[in-house]
Amino acid sequence: MTEQLDAGLVAGRIAESGQVSEPSAEREMGRARRRKEDARLVTGRTMWTDNIQLPGMLYVAFLRSPMAHARITGVDVSAARSLPGVVAAYSGRDLAEEQGSLPCAWPVTEDIVIPDHPPMAVDEVRYPGEAVACVVATDRYRAADALEAIAVDYEPLDPVLDMTEALAEGAPKVHEAGNRAFTWKFAGGDIDAAFRDAPVVIDRAYVQQRLIPTAMEPRAVVATTDGDGFTLYSATQIPHVLRVMLAMTTGIPEHKLRVVAPDVGGGFGSKLQVTAEEVLALLLARRLGRPVKWTESRSEGNLTVHHGRDQLQRIAVAADRDGRIRGVRVELLADMGAYLMLVTPGVPLLGAFMYNGIYKMDAYDFTCTGVFTTKMPTDAYRGAGRPEATFAIERAVDELAHELGMDPVEVRRRNWITREEFPYTTIAGLTYDSGDYEAATEKALAMFGYDGLRAEQADRRERHDPVQLGIGVSTYTEMCGLAPSRVLGSLSYGAGGWEHAAVRLLPTGKVEVVTGTSPHGQGHETAWSQIAADALGVPFEDVSVLHGDTSVAHRGMDTYGSRSLVVGGVAVLAACEKVKERARELAAHLMEASADDVEFDGGRFRVRGTDEGRTIQELALAAFAAHDLPGGFEPRLDAEATFDPDNFSFPHGTHLCAVEVDTETGRCAIRSYVAVDDVGSVVNPLIVEGQVHGGIAQGVGQALFEEAVHDADGNLVTTTMADYLIPSAADLPEFTTDRTETPATSNPLGVKGVGEAGTIASTPAVVNAIADALRPYGVRDVRMPCTPERIWRALAEAEVTVPAQSRAAVPSTSEIAPEGGAR
Amino acid sequence: MIPAPFDYIRPASVEDACRVLADAETAGDEVKVLAGGQSLLPLLRLRLAYPSALVDLGRLPELRGVADRGDHVYIGALTTHDEVMRSGVVREHVPLVALATATVADPAVRHRGTFGGSMAHADPAGDLPAVALALDCVFVVRSSDGEREIPAAEFFVDYLEPALEPGEVLLGVRVPKLGSGWGFHYEKFHRTAQAWATVGVAAAVRRGDGGTIEEARIGLTNMGPTPVRARVTEVALRGVAPSPSGSNGSDPLRDACAQADAGTSPPADLHARPDYRRHLARVLTRRAVGAALG
Repeated sequence: MTEQLDAGLVAGRIAESGQVSEPSAEREMGRARRRKEDARLVTGRTMWTDNIQLPGMLYVAFLRSPMAHARITGVDVSAARSLPGVVAAYSGRDLAEEQGSLPCAWPVTEDIVIPDHPPMAVDEVRYPGEAVACVVATDRYRAADALEAIAVDYEPLDPVLDMTEALAEGAPKVHEAGNRAFTWKFAGGDIDAAFRDAPVVIDRAYVQQRLIPTAMEPRAVVATTDGDGFTLYSATQIPHVLRVMLAMTTGIPEHKLRVVAPDVGGGFGSKLQVTAEEVLALLLARRLGRPVKWTESRSEGNLTVHHGRDQLQRIAVAADRDGRIRGVRVELLADMGAYLMLVTPGVPLLGAFMYNGIYKMDAYDFTCTGVFTTKMPTDAYRGAGRPEATFAIERAVDELAHELGMDPVEVRRRNWITREEFPYTTIAGLTYDSGDYEAATEKALAMFGYDGLRAEQADRRERHDPVQLGIGVSTYTEMCGLAPSRVLGSLSYGAGGWEHAAVRLLPTGKVEVVTGTSPHGQGHETAWSQIAADALGVPFEDVSVLHGDTSVAHRGMDTYGSRSLVVGGVAVLAACEKVKERARELAAHLMEASADDVEFDGGRFRVRGTDEGRTIQELALAAFAAHDLPGGFEPRLDAEATFDPDNFSFPHGTHLCAVEVDTETGRCAIRSYVAVDDVGSVVNPLIVEGQVHGGIAQGVGQALFEEAVHDADGNLVTTTMADYLIPSAADLPEFTTDRTETPATSNPLGVKGVGEAGTIASTPAVVNAIADALRPYGVRDVRMPCTPERIWRALAEAEVTVPAQSRAAVPSTSEIAPEGGAR
Repeated sequence: MIPAPFDYIRPASVEDACRVLADAETAGDEVKVLAGGQSLLPLLRLRLAYPSALVDLGRLPELRGVADRGDHVYIGALTTHDEVMRSGVVREHVPLVALATATVADPAVRHRGTFGGSMAHADPAGDLPAVALALDCVFVVRSSDGEREIPAAEFFVDYLEPALEPGEVLLGVRVPKLGSGWGFHYEKFHRTAQAWATVGVAAAVRRGDGGTIEEARIGLTNMGPTPVRARVTEVALRGVAPSPSGSNGSDPLRDACAQADAGTSPPADLHARPDYRRHLARVLTRRAVGAALG
């Protein structure tokens, strides 16, 4: 029997089956929901790229250079080709004609040197781990075994490891064009006037050590082709950007290339990249006509996931005796590594606008030189440029306070932008839209018990306690939410910063949100559902979020730079608003009222002053049935929106850290840590809490544990997690967190970015605390990571004599060997 | 994990295992004994070891378990760290073993890694060899030719080199009970919770009726190619009357431990250079002895 589709009948059946959930009276915005995606993510029963199995799939393994710098004089893959299970083996030269060059999307200056970057080295290797050959086999094990049958002849060249030496006359060259990639300058105000006759100048050099981003999920790629079209699955943060870039670099037309980021297990910037392995997997699938998978090992990842930080900083702060900052001058050397990858040169420049921090000043001057070395290229890593900047200014302000004999909080108070002064245009030309540094700081000080800890510190100093207490302050802000497109363009960035969303009301009243952001652990499915549920008046459970597949979410700029909520989340809201307006029009028509008289509340459109109303679910079905629509009304309740904000997002906050430093062993233990962050309005406090905790942990990692170390030959020696130490929960204290909420004025949700804030804030808080603990001993600084050995050596080499009981058995200098290896 | 290819052999008995090992020796094959895999699997993963075969002892129940044997506690080689640290017999009679074992790696590893495996691996950075040395444990080994015993002082020959002959299997370890009046502590200094000891100090100290130290046994972790006894300090501690730092600043314990690094040849690695390790050995020995005294 054929039933005529009747909207009322269908609605009745849906109601009987209990599928229509009552909208919650409680607003979703601000609700601490547990994340809906977590069950599948934490159990791993999901589409991690490495879980993907395709018929006839092959596995590729890469032979990687054991040398930092060498000429390749011969590669013989013939023996590997003849091994059982091996389908193909290629050298870089075999692929030279078709592999192209990996892209750099951020040519920061007109005269920047962007060297050719073949995905697989052809004539020369320029960093340890660079791919020189590959084997494609029927399983991973055979592929790995066959690598050992490949013979490569190398003619060693001098490694280039030290940035200062790299710039010297006659230094060995990474590329023919020389080791200077670019010099970028930026200034505001009269810097000479600010420093001329300045009563106080703090001039410091800091080392931002090289870090290895350590996402829980290693990188993985599956490339497949049906002969004409290609699909690339990749553990990437940027399926959309990747598609465009691959279309431009491989010659595969954009409409023939689908890129999918399935569930992705963390990135921290390391998966904001167009990698050699992605390009090569695609080329191999094209050559062989079969799916090809690659999954890296952790050691392979330590070598060849792009690295982060690695800058030599020189910062000078000129100030008056009353603590007022007159100007800041910054000179940076930024290690690019061997090549410029997707946004390599832009990373240090993202910090250029942040060395002034939250402070007012008359002048600012910034110079950054990008330097090539024979190391893995650097690129974005959580915070990307801003952690480095924040570290330098916050360290220097603490030093200024000490120089002036002033409390570090007081020096900040005398310089920061006050709450009445927002919006405030800084010396770096950014307009901070909103903030309340006073409120965050007051709250943090109270939670921390600042005065009590200072008293205890004084007591321990007095007693010459071998365990000294140090207190570190970090009042940070940062620019994030990477957009607006106009500004990114002015910085020579190769793309825009908008974000896209589509919202589809399905016939049964359920909602699909399609987002151009690409979550890899952030909880977008939950947060975007909350935004849509509020905007459309539907239950949270009735919203699905689709993402990460260019054939589903065809437009997007992906996820990095704490941009997803402040750009992409706002786009979701905008699309919902458009859907709502269409629904209002339909409701007015059905109720024979003027749209102006139809109000929306809790998922129901009602004629003002009457009980006459239609739920949004009823309207969804009515639009689907399309029996009775307003004239010219297309039968759908869908909408798309692209949002491009007018400004960056400026979260801020005050982090306070107390450390206990054992002066006998050098061990530093964080005793308490208070973070008060202002990320504007909050969609989901639980997610914010998670971001803050993880962010702080990662910043503590830089302060105390992490460093990529190369030996004198340029080999990376921190290739396992036994050598490259990242803190686990057992190594971290409980963080005490709270928030102030000063809504952003740059978007209708009032939200600010939160993904990188903790990392940006915490590193200087910890190191300031260590410096504070050690100052009575004459120690001025400890290089990161502040390992026990470094702290102990700093104490041993310090000038101030301290009573014997706290200085047991200081080594004689003859015992101290030079610190091993180049860094 | 993608190791190089190897054969896998799972003997049905210790005798069987000894025979397999003897045959491999005769044939000149490079075989490795697999216990919990705590150290061997990472070596395989990194392709730093290329054995032709693994001989897996993991399913030989006779190698597993703890027994109270009067004057000593016998710990079967295949007993996991977790079983060791939870054993009532170990905790009561040889508490230093339990204390040190509880610091080994993390819970997941402690459920797989074994007591005997850690000894036979002979990694001076492992926590248990120094304990075995300090307590004068006895290693019971068997080959096709029969059983023999190796005192701890002779067991750790060199870096990753135990005194096991090819074809020999470690059956278990006799841990002497030291009797009454002893205090114990294992002081481990490491950079993260799961990291190896930068330096570790295993201390067993006996105090006489007058409160002075009558005997001390100090084993040092990661202070050379093998675990080492801090003999000079052991002697220096004899007769010391420990007291908190006096008003005159004197600290007899510290003085006694000032040569805790004597006779060591500590390695240089990413986490510490030798002079720092020497310094740590002195400070940590003082702390370990202090803690053992309670």
